[in-house]
Parts: sequence; C-alpha cells; structure tokens
Amino acid sequence: MSAQAQSVPQAAEQPEQGRSPWSDAWRRLRRNRLALFGGIVIAVMLLLCLFGPLFSQSYEDQNLDLGATPPGAAHWLGTDTLGRDLFARILFGGRISILVGLVATLVALVIGVSYGAIAAFAGGKTDAVMMRIVDILYALPFAIFVILLMVFFGRNIFLLFIAIGAVEWLTMARIVRGQALSVKHMEFIEAARALGYGRRRIIFRHIIPNLLGPIIVYTTLTIPAVMLLEAFLSFLGLGVQPPMSSWGVLIKNGADTMEEFWWLLVFPGSAFSLTLFSLNFLGDGLRDALDVRAAKD
Amino acid sequence: MPRSWLPTVTLSAVLGFACGCARQDGAASGPAGGRQEKVLRVGNGAEPQDLDPGAVTGVPELNILDSLFEGLVAADPHDLHPIPGLAESWDVSPDLLVYTFHLRANLHWSNGDPITAEDFVETYKRTLTPIFSSQISYLLWSVVGAEDYNRGALSDFSKVGFRATDDRTLRVTLRRRTPYLLKILATDYVWDPLPIRVLARYGPLDRKDTGWTKAGRLVSSGPFLLKEWAPDQKVVVVRNPLYWDAAHVKLDAIEFYPVVETATEERMFRTGQLDVTQQLPVSKIEVYRQEHPDELRVDPYLGVYFYRCNVTRPPLNDVRVRRALALAIDREKLVQDVVKGGEEPAYAVSYPNDAGYTPAARLSGGVAEAQRLLAEAGYPGGKGLPTIELHYNTFKEHQDIAEAIQAMWLKNLGVRITLRNEDWKVYLDSQHTHNYQLSRSGWIADYLDPHVFLEIWETGNGNNDTLWSNPEYDRLLHSALDADTEEGRYAIYQKLDAILVQECPVLPVYYYTSFYLKSPRVRGWWPTLLNIHPWKFVDLDNN
Amino acid sequence: MLRFLGYRLLQAFPVMLIIITGTFFMQRYVPGGPFTAEKAVTPEVLRNLNAYYHLDDPLWKQYRDYLWDLCPKAFHPEALARGLDLKQAFGIDFRPSFKYPNRTVNEIIADKLPVSLELGFYSLLFALVVGLPLGVLAAVRRNTWIDYLCSSVAMTGICVPTFVLGPLLVLLFAIHIGWFNASGWYAPIDRVLPSLTLGSVYAAYIARLARGGLLEVLSQDFIRTARAKGASEARVIFRHALRGGLLPVVSFLGPAIAGILTGSFVIETIFQIPGLGREFVNSAFNRDYTLVLGTVILYAAMIVGMNLVVDVVQVWLNPKLKFE
Repeated sequence: MSAQAQSVPQAAEQPEQGRSPWSDAWRRLRRNRLALFGGIVIAVMLLLCLFGPLFSQSYEDQNLDLGATPPGAAHWLGTDTLGRDLFARILFGGRISILVGLVATLVALVIGVSYGAIAAFAGGKTDAVMMRIVDILYALPFAIFVILLMVFFGRNIFLLFIAIGAVEWLTMARIVRGQALSVKHMEFIEAARALGYGRRRIIFRHIIPNLLGPIIVYTTLTIPAVMLLEAFLSFLGLGVQPPMSSWGVLIKNGADTMEEFWWLLVFPGSAFSLTLFSLNFLGDGLRDALDVRAAKD
Repeated sequence: MPRSWLPTVTLSAVLGFACGCARQDGAASGPAGGRQEKVLRVGNGAEPQDLDPGAVTGVPELNILDSLFEGLVAADPHDLHPIPGLAESWDVSPDLLVYTFHLRANLHWSNGDPITAEDFVETYKRTLTPIFSSQISYLLWSVVGAEDYNRGALSDFSKVGFRATDDRTLRVTLRRRTPYLLKILATDYVWDPLPIRVLARYGPLDRKDTGWTKAGRLVSSGPFLLKEWAPDQKVVVVRNPLYWDAAHVKLDAIEFYPVVETATEERMFRTGQLDVTQQLPVSKIEVYRQEHPDELRVDPYLGVYFYRCNVTRPPLNDVRVRRALALAIDREKLVQDVVKGGEEPAYAVSYPNDAGYTPAARLSGGVAEAQRLLAEAGYPGGKGLPTIELHYNTFKEHQDIAEAIQAMWLKNLGVRITLRNEDWKVYLDSQHTHNYQLSRSGWIADYLDPHVFLEIWETGNGNNDTLWSNPEYDRLLHSALDADTEEGRYAIYQKLDAILVQECPVLPVYYYTSFYLKSPRVRGWWPTLLNIHPWKFVDLDNN
Repeated sequence: MLRFLGYRLLQAFPVMLIIITGTFFMQRYVPGGPFTAEKAVTPEVLRNLNAYYHLDDPLWKQYRDYLWDLCPKAFHPEALARGLDLKQAFGIDFRPSFKYPNRTVNEIIADKLPVSLELGFYSLLFALVVGLPLGVLAAVRRNTWIDYLCSSVAMTGICVPTFVLGPLLVLLFAIHIGWFNASGWYAPIDRVLPSLTLGSVYAAYIARLARGGLLEVLSQDFIRTARAKGASEARVIFRHALRGGLLPVVSFLGPAIAGILTGSFVIETIFQIPGLGREFVNSAFNRDYTLVLGTVILYAAMIVGMNLVVDVVQVWLNPKLKFE
C-alpha cells in the first residue's frame, strides 16, 4: 500500500498517453517471443517459397538413372523416385500449399464468420433456416460434388479453392454462431442496441471483434485441414496437375515409401509441420494480443 | 463441475458399448493361424462383389471361386494346361465342333446331392438368360445359339448347343471352331455348374440378389466349401469332404483377407498375419530382393500395358504420328527406373511365350525414326502439333509412368502433352464413349492363348475403343479360327501382330509381371502366366 | 424446451428430403454408372441391367419409387431385435447395393455402422482424455513452458497426418515391438492403434479449442470476482470457467461425432477396418447409387441429431442463452 502511495504523485506529473486498442495489441504481440518466432518462421517460409524457386533447380526435370537418392551435395534434400530434386519440389509445392491454405481459409473465414454471426444475431426463424441450410450442405456427399465440379468445369486451381471453401466454411459458421450466441446476450450488446446502433454495425463492429479469439484459434486449425484436403483432391485429379506438386501430395507419396526413402517423407513433413507450428504460435499470440479483456499491461 | 462434455461422452459410450458388446462374430481369430491345422492365409486385394460364378469377373472373386467350384476341366498347377476336372474324359468330333464330356462317377455337391449333366445345362440356361444380365456370359458364345439366346433373339433354350444326353454325359455343340475352348474351360468359372436346386430355394433363378451365396447357403462342387464370409474382414473356406478328389487336397482351410492397401498387406505379411500377398509396393521389391529373396516372387503375368489412341482425333489420326510416339518411348529405362517390377518392355501387342506363341513383329527404329516420321507428318521437332491429352485413372504408378513418358516425348520429339487424371469410372466412361485422345490402358488375358490379345482389335469389338478398323485384320482374324493346325493359326497371328505394329492403334509399353510375397512354408505353388494357383494342389509346411 | 425439440424434429423432415433429393439427382449427372467396367458390357446386357434395376425409367419416376420405398409402411419394432432389419421392422427399404448385388444397403449399414461407432467411441475417448487436460493446462499456465509443451504435443495430431501416423505406429508397435497386429479388427487389441491414430487429430482440435475457449472465459469479470472471493485455482477452473470455456469444444464435437463416419476413410483403409467410412467414399467412386443414398441418409440423420444435441447442450452451458 505504501509503495503505491509513494508512486502516485510521480505519475500525476506525466499525463497518461491514450493508446488505441490496436497499438496495445501490437505491443503485446511484440512482447510474445514465441509468437514473434512463429511469425519470423512463416515469413521466411513465405519468402523461400515465393523467391526460392527462381534460384533453385527445376522441379520437373527427371533423372531416371538417378532415381531416389538421399541428401547429398548435388541435391541438398535428395531426389524423388523419378530423380527430381526434392528441395525444388518442396519450394514449388510450398507455393501451392501456402496459397491454397491461405486463400481457401480466407474464403471459408469470410463466408463462415459473416454467416454464423448474422444467423446468431438474427435469431428466430432466420437463424433456423440458415442453420438448416448448413446442415443440408454438410450432408451432401463431398466426393460426388468434387467429381461433378471436375466434369463440368474442367480442372484448374480455382476450382480447388471453391471445393475446399465450400466445405470448410460450414464448420466455421457453426462454431462462430455458437460463440456469437453467448456474446449476443452480453451487456455491452444490449447497450449498443439501446443506443440505437443498426444491426450491421452491431454485428460487424461489436459482435465479431469479440469473437476474434475462437475465430483465430479455429483458423489456425483450418489451414492444415485445408492443406490436407488439397492433397486428397489432388490425388483425385482436381487441383495441382503433375508434374507440379504440393506439400500434401509430397507427404502422401513420402509416406508410401517411408522405410526405403525416409527423406521423401521427413523433409516435406518438416516443412509442413514447421509452418503449422509457427502458425499456431503466431495465432496464439494474436489471440492473446487481441484479447480485449486482458489487462492493459 | 465440468458437465458440458458429459452428454456427448455418455452418448458415444452407450452407443459404442452397446454395439461393441453386440458383435459376436469375427472377434475370435487372432494373428496366429492353426498350429496343427493347415490354414493358409491369403491377401486377396478387395472385397468380393459376389461369389456367383455366373456373374463375377474380378481377380479377388476368381481366387475364392477357384476353391469353391470346379468345372468340366481343371488347370494343371504348373502351366495351367487343361486336365480332367469334373469330367474325366472328353471326345472331340472330327470337325472340331462337337465336344462330348464324360463326367466322373459318384460326383456330389457339398450337400450330398449328385452332380449331373443336367446341372450344367440348367446353369448355362440361367447364365444366358437375358434378364439375369450376366456380364461374362459372352464366354459361352462360341456355343450354337448361345449368343442369340443371350441377346433375346432366341427364346427356346433347347435350340442352344448344350445337351445332357444322360446323367454323366454333356454334349456341347459349337457354332464355329474354337481351338482354345478347353483353355477357357480350364480357367474360367462361367462354365462351372451350379447347384440349381439349391439356388431355386432362395429365389427366382434369374435374380442376382437372392442371397444364395451367403455362408451356410452356398453349396459347392470344388475342393472347399464356404464357412464364413465377414464382409471386408475375411472369407473362410474349409475342406469339402464330398469333393471327388478330397483325398489329395492338402489344405484344411483358406482365409482370404480383402486387404486393399498394398502397404498394409506388406505389413501384415511381416507380422505373420498373411502367408501370401496379392501385391507388393514397388519400392519394396528391391528391399526384399536383398534381404528376403526366398519370400519375394516376381513372375510374368499375362497382361499388356499400353496407351490407347483414338484414331479419329487429330493428330492421332495420322499413323505416322502414332508410330513416332510409340517409337519415342524409352521402354528400357521406363521398366528399369520407373515401373521397377521386373517387367519386360513391349515392342509388340501380343505377349511373348504365350502358349508357345511369341510375336516376331517389333517396333524398330528408335528415336531417330520417330523424329523422321514426325517431320514427315508435318511436325518437325514437334512444332505445330495440336495438343494431345493423356487420360489415366487415379493411381500413383500410372501417374509416374505418364509423367516419365511426358518427359521422354518432350525430350525426344519436342512434343508436349497434358496429363489428365480421372476418377476410375469417369476414365472408363471417357474410353467407352471415345471421348479421349490418348488413354492409358491395359489388357489382362482371360485364358492362355494368343487369340485373347488379338481379338480385341476387330472392327467394332466392344473393347476396341480406338475406333480403329482394318478389314484385312478382321479377315485374317476370322481365318485363324479355321486353321487346321496350331502352327497355321500362329502364323496368321504373326501377320496380325505385324499389322498392329505397323498401324499402332495402341502404343504398347510393357508386359505385366505379378510381384507379391509368399512365405517359404507355402508349397505346391508354381508361377503361372495367369497367376492362378489351383488351391487343391497348394500345401502348407507347418514346421 | 419440449417445444424447441418438437420444432427441431419437425424441421428435420424438409432437411432430410432436400438432402435425399439433392443427392439422388446429383449422382446421376456424374459420368459412368454402376455397370461401367473395364471389359465393356454389351449393349444388350446393359439394357437388361438397366431394366432389372429400373434405371431406364424416367428419372422422376425412379425418384418417386425410391421415396416410396423409404417411407415407413409397417410397424413391427420387434424385428429390430433380430438384426436391425429396417425393412422387416418399419417397411423402410434401402434396396440392394449395385456393387454387391447379394447384399442390401440395409445389411451393409447394419454390419458396418457398429464398427464405425466403436472406432469413433474409442477415438473420441482418447481425444477427450488426452486433449482436454492438455488444453486446460495450457490455458491455465498460459505463456509458460507448460503451455508451449502442451500446445506442441497437441499440435502433432494435426501436423502429422493420419496416413503418416498410422503406418508409423504400425511399424513401431506392430512390426518392431510386436505388441499388435498390423491391421484388422478381429481381436479387442486391434482397437488400440486405429483409435490412437484417429483420436490424435481430435485431441489436437479439442486441446486447441479448449485452450482458446478457456482463455476467453478466464479473463471475464466473474472469474475475477471468484478469485477475489478467495476461491482456489482448481475451484475457479472446474466450477466456474470450464462450463463456458468448453463451448467451442462442444460446438465442434457435435459435427465431429457425425464426422467420424466420413473422416475415418483413411484410418479404415490403412488398418483394414470394416467400417462405414470407406463406403462413404467408395460408394461414390463405384457409382453405387443406392449405397450412396443409404450412407448419406444415415450421415444426414446423425448430423441433424448431433446438431440438436449440441444446441441443447449450449443452452445448458450458458445460462444466458434461451431456446429460441
């Protein structure tokens, strides 16, 4: 008690600087070392995958005489069964995986969050109809949907995003709705309503920001799911066409030969895991930083 | 008190336990097979669609049917040549059109009923009944009237060339000479008799869904009978004491495991859950060759891997383009470095050493000739060639081969093709509706005779799908059946192969092999071109 | 609450109808049919097959006939005791499968559903037993090495895909150490490796969602109040925080339980488990129209049911919510 009493007069001499919640968040994030580390790793990964392919070997040049060889001087991470350089394939594959991961998740995020928040806020019949539509889309067979897409629209990477986004937004919507329902009944929302704020304003400026925590967590869980779903779809023929590849496909091929050619699994798997771990720590850091109820210090 | 998760857990617990406790079947057998008993455990590749010999065609089904049913003629375990089965002898008329089979005395179904020649006739009637819509009835069409009856053009079955002249004699009249008829009988189950009286108990004869093939209902004529069929888990057959040759059957039981994933099958073999596998992951062949060569089997298999051309679509309508593409594939490198299953490169369509026939025709000239042909066709260095799309069904090996060939054509000819990975049924549909340019394909023989690879390319044959038509080829093909000697017939086949190599409606790539694992304890197992190992001769060394 | 339940059950009918209709028509537009095979079928045989299965009837007629077969027409519930035969019990006929003509869709589902449920039960049990404590610990000891450790362990469930983890576990525990079989679902011990593999994914989700949800709740005012009142940490967590903190886990678990059926395809293939997960995917690839519809109907029923359960539980957890 006495320590506080002594410090008060000093504090009174300097007027306290007001800070916006965003700069607060940024400050908190910067102090979270693990999150920073995660962010740096992801940035490095992004740079490598974006620019690395310009300097690396070809990802599609086959060397059938060579076959699968372990890491060595000529090929830093080894070669695959057709003699192609694994490092180059991981870089090129990373482009695809990260692109799909980010874009498809973004699509799922935007649609899912809006949908879930609107449904929760609207309540009553609108909510019921919206959620029943989610149920219906959930139950329709995905494999058939994918084959139909391939047949009617040919095959290109944008269809991949559509297929993946079409599936992932559903779970996101449901989780967001669940969370939004609890937020909806909080006092500050009632206050906002009493103040006469319009529905759109309440949803997008008051409810959704309070959902950021679970949304961020679920997003960091969705990205790996999306990457693996992409591997499954590429395996079916929708998505990356050979000789291009992606991390998911590289890992799947590596898993088939994990005893004979361990490097085909270990290196793509490590790139994948490292990226996801970093994403997770970054996500946790973001979540903590954006937590509106955390103490100001 | 964290009660939030309680309802979900309770719900799953109740459901799970209720169902877990309710399951009585299939939980008993563990990894170790019989100790005194000779129980052979076989990896079978897929769940059998059905066990009705008149309706199924797949390899997993045929493996099981081989243990349950026997026909007029059986197959020798060393080279599958026809040996007496249910028929102890047969006579052939001088014009080679009438076969008279003499059944053994005292033949019985596994339920005690006698097997008579009339059973055969009733069986064929059922298989050829149009509404039954058997997908393999065509194997009976060499018999007089069979095709007409099957197509619904003939309604009186007595006009079809099957006659039971008495209980132990079956007379078959052919509509044209079929020199390889006995070979078909030896390895195809559509000619096997069925216990028609038993079938009739479970429903109308012309329906496929009567459930007569379930364990406890199925009655068999072969060395084993069906004891248990746990879908997607295993099919168990045990010794049939009423089989005519039961005294010489060595195994007590066979368990067929429908393992789909080849990697899983290999692991099961390693833990001793399986004695024989159906396949083997290609990457493991070298490993086993080094470390356990006595368990590895790599045998020639009567099938050809080729790329089908739709000869009506440019640029593949130009025979020079097709030949160029065929010549520019480095097959040696492909089988050595990509396919790696001990396959032989294929420079002709027919299979070498198939019942004594080896094609002399050969794609020759190599890359130089290929480049010359392509230039002559108007696309020197591959310039100006319209894009070609290659279809293949979803499978890693097909993708690897396609990618390798894609690279070879780019390097050797400057031709860039696009690859199209299709779901199995879509891929088949594309082929059958001729909606493709180039399609990966293969053909596995039904019986051991060179005719099987050559008859497909006849004009209008349902399996042609290339829309290639050559009247000279058709004429020669028909004349082959009229040849008086096998040499004469084979000489005609040589001409047919020469035409195929010249015109390249398909680009042959390699000849199949079957590679799998077999425990050294398994005896009575010899490599055969159709990878059929008649179960009555197989033995298991339990020491 | 009864009114809410009744209302929701009433909603289930149009939902199921739309799903059935959508699936029925969707699958007919995909190339290839149940009889498309490598060795071409002659036109006559194809015609006969189509006649036999009434595939040559106009599509609306086939749809109408199928719906009629699905309608309950009888009431003999005692037949259920004899083996889940819906046709005997209620007159609901899912018809024979196309790929396995001697088995009806009803039989196939009755055989395989218990297996998938069992797999699901053990997997979720493992996921909850491992995931919940990891998530709670991570939240409670936020930003310490315990948090990092727990989060990392949980993350392995996501970073190591099931088609990698499964074979790895088999290689280690079945082949090298020899405790288990390589595959199969015969002995009780065969349940262990598949459940571990499938459960690891759910454990990761549950741990992460629990951590996030718990952190949200722990920073709220009523937690501060409880602490100020002198409640022990354990009491604060278990009595006050967990209830709200587990909300995202519950929202996830509902569809996840139903999703075990569709999500276990990889596990069932690797471990050769006779479950329904494989049929979901394979029936589409085989163009087995009746089996596709059967599995979709089952899945839809579970989704609708599970969502209802989740919504009820959510209201229970959060006293501020009401049944709407």
